[in-house]
Amino acid sequence: MDSRQLFSGGFSLSDIHPAKLALVVFLIAYPAFTSDFFTYQIGAYSLILGTIALSLMMLAGYGGMVSLAQMTVAGLAGYLVAILGDNSMDVMGLGWPWWMTAPVAILSAALFSAFIGAISVRTEGIYTIMITLAIGVAFFYFVRQNYPVFNGFTGFAGIEPPTVLGVYWRDPVPFYYLTLFIAAGFFFAVLYASRSTFGLSLQAIRDNPRRMRALGYDVTLHRIAAYFMSGVIAGTAGVLMVWFNGRISPGSVGVDVVIDILVIAVVGGMRHPIGPFLGAIAFVLLENFAIDLIDRERFNTVIGVAFLLIVLFSPDGLLGLWNRTREKIRFGRKVRPGYGGTKTNDRHAAGSLEETKP
Amino acid sequence: MRQFVERHTFWAIVLLVAIGILLWLIFSVWPEWLIDAIGRKKTFVSTLLNGVTLGGLYFLVASGFTLVFGLMRNVNLAHGSMYLLGGYIGYEVAELTGSWFFGLAVAFGAVALTGVLLQVLVFRRMEGDDLRQTLVTIGISIIAADLMLAVWTGTTYQFQPPEWLFGAAELPVISVVKSSGDPVYIMYPIYRLSVLVAAVAVGIGLWLFLNRTRVGMMIRAGVNDREMLAASGVNVQLVFALVFAIGAGLAGFAGVVGGTALSIAPGEDIRYLLASLIVVIVGGLGSVPGAAIGALLIGLAEQFGLAYFPTYGVVLTFLIMVVTLAVRPQGLMGGR
Repeated sequence: MDSRQLFSGGFSLSDIHPAKLALVVFLIAYPAFTSDFFTYQIGAYSLILGTIALSLMMLAGYGGMVSLAQMTVAGLAGYLVAILGDNSMDVMGLGWPWWMTAPVAILSAALFSAFIGAISVRTEGIYTIMITLAIGVAFFYFVRQNYPVFNGFTGFAGIEPPTVLGVYWRDPVPFYYLTLFIAAGFFFAVLYASRSTFGLSLQAIRDNPRRMRALGYDVTLHRIAAYFMSGVIAGTAGVLMVWFNGRISPGSVGVDVVIDILVIAVVGGMRHPIGPFLGAIAFVLLENFAIDLIDRERFNTVIGVAFLLIVLFSPDGLLGLWNRTREKIRFGRKVRPGYGGTKTNDRHAAGSLEETKP
Repeated sequence: MRQFVERHTFWAIVLLVAIGILLWLIFSVWPEWLIDAIGRKKTFVSTLLNGVTLGGLYFLVASGFTLVFGLMRNVNLAHGSMYLLGGYIGYEVAELTGSWFFGLAVAFGAVALTGVLLQVLVFRRMEGDDLRQTLVTIGISIIAADLMLAVWTGTTYQFQPPEWLFGAAELPVISVVKSSGDPVYIMYPIYRLSVLVAAVAVGIGLWLFLNRTRVGMMIRAGVNDREMLAASGVNVQLVFALVFAIGAGLAGFAGVVGGTALSIAPGEDIRYLLASLIVVIVGGLGSVPGAAIGALLIGLAEQFGLAYFPTYGVVLTFLIMVVTLAVRPQGLMGGR
């Protein structure tokens, strides 16, 4: 983006790269030429995970706050759908209609996220990751030992997505379009927000909170607002997730899952909202097809090694890798790592892996 | 101490009254109305002792965590894995040689060596990049957990402590007086008490090491100003490696001690990582006394939560963390 665009916040159709149009066409046509398995288990699942990771990318990439509690926020929304709506476990299940459970779940998740923000933004830098991880793990232990409300170890099953407009939304093709619609909506919302006044001040706060404070910006409020927005994204994805699985248990918000979201966001790249979706696709493909290469039991080792390699050798993820490769091809010379990418090349969008100085 | 009393007279009185009530609760024979209100005395005293010994265990784990952070600004999220690794290694060695103490020593040494290798091979390469170091430790903990699961499977292991640490001791605390007039004393496992003794010994040892030796002085200087320490001719990398060895070694040590008191199984790494995190958040990152206070608080909160409101126990721990962050974001004993 050039600087003019950065401030005007708008773009015209002719600016869009043909490759992007092709991608849009591909995503819309995707269910037409793949099996139900690929539409549902790969397509829709990647989009849901990508959306949760997007909420982390927004916080970490633009706000410099690496929160490990995003899956916890999504999990709370999922649990609320099971508790307020219907489930087959004879525990809770208040039987509210979907148009009440979903908004209430999403709003509660967003408020929970804002609460997490409120307690973690008073400290800075590396503390955030510790506090949010502690909250995530504590939530996991809490739902596991609490039987009256969260049904403990078993969790909830039999959670049905609604039948609206005569369409049963768990059928692969409608569900795929539902997730695509929501994921794309949040993708463009985050992209737009990053160029808005709020997004720009958030990025400025990431780069230098003290200066922004001196300029009269309410740093804490901006950060909490960012947490609230990311909570809306994660909460919505959480509702989709519980509709996708039909059940939710402490394992759905366990530490490995919480960390998987971080892995997805880091592997994809946290400079641009497309990164989390790239990471999610890579993750889901690995999850489904790594078994062909190695023992299924050792999937976590594969994920861990992939994550480690990315962190060690390409801190800006697959996105950075791709940008650097493209630069190399275009200019035929070595590009300094960490500065690649013509489309997102303002140095300060470098984002997540640059430490926010306390 | 006198300064504290002079500056915070009110809090000193509150503290004194609290200690008085606690001592009375422990040593008196409870009247009926109290038993009606909060249950039998035996439950209370055992919970208290469980909490304190668990706190001792948490201190063993968290002191290494906080020491490493204090000096290197490295949040080692693989610390829980070190705990578990120490437990497994200690178990294997103890099984092989038949000596529990030998297992303890080897666990300390082996995990300390792992820590040094991590520091030299991985963390030194990305010094000053806190976030990346943390991400790397997350990656390591994922791989370590999975590989340990592959080697030691999902079975739960239980150590056999040495003969003389086995059994229960009679405490000089009366639980109830029988109708015949004979007092009934409270029994408590000796091993658990020795965990507490070990934790106190390690705490005192660490304090002496940090405050009374030359190397300890270097470490404290490094916590305050790393660059100045390097400039004054100290080989900082060596100090880093040493501290990492101590920190990791303590986690391995705690693995054997905790594995004997409780058990060793996959998932324990996360439990102790959570404990370490909350302990250092509450106590203050980088402060060893803070880790001691935090560990005691969290251990007590966890055990009392478990005994008195079972399904909401974690909330108590969580509340302590939130309140601490709201009142003192840098932790109870945290500097800055």
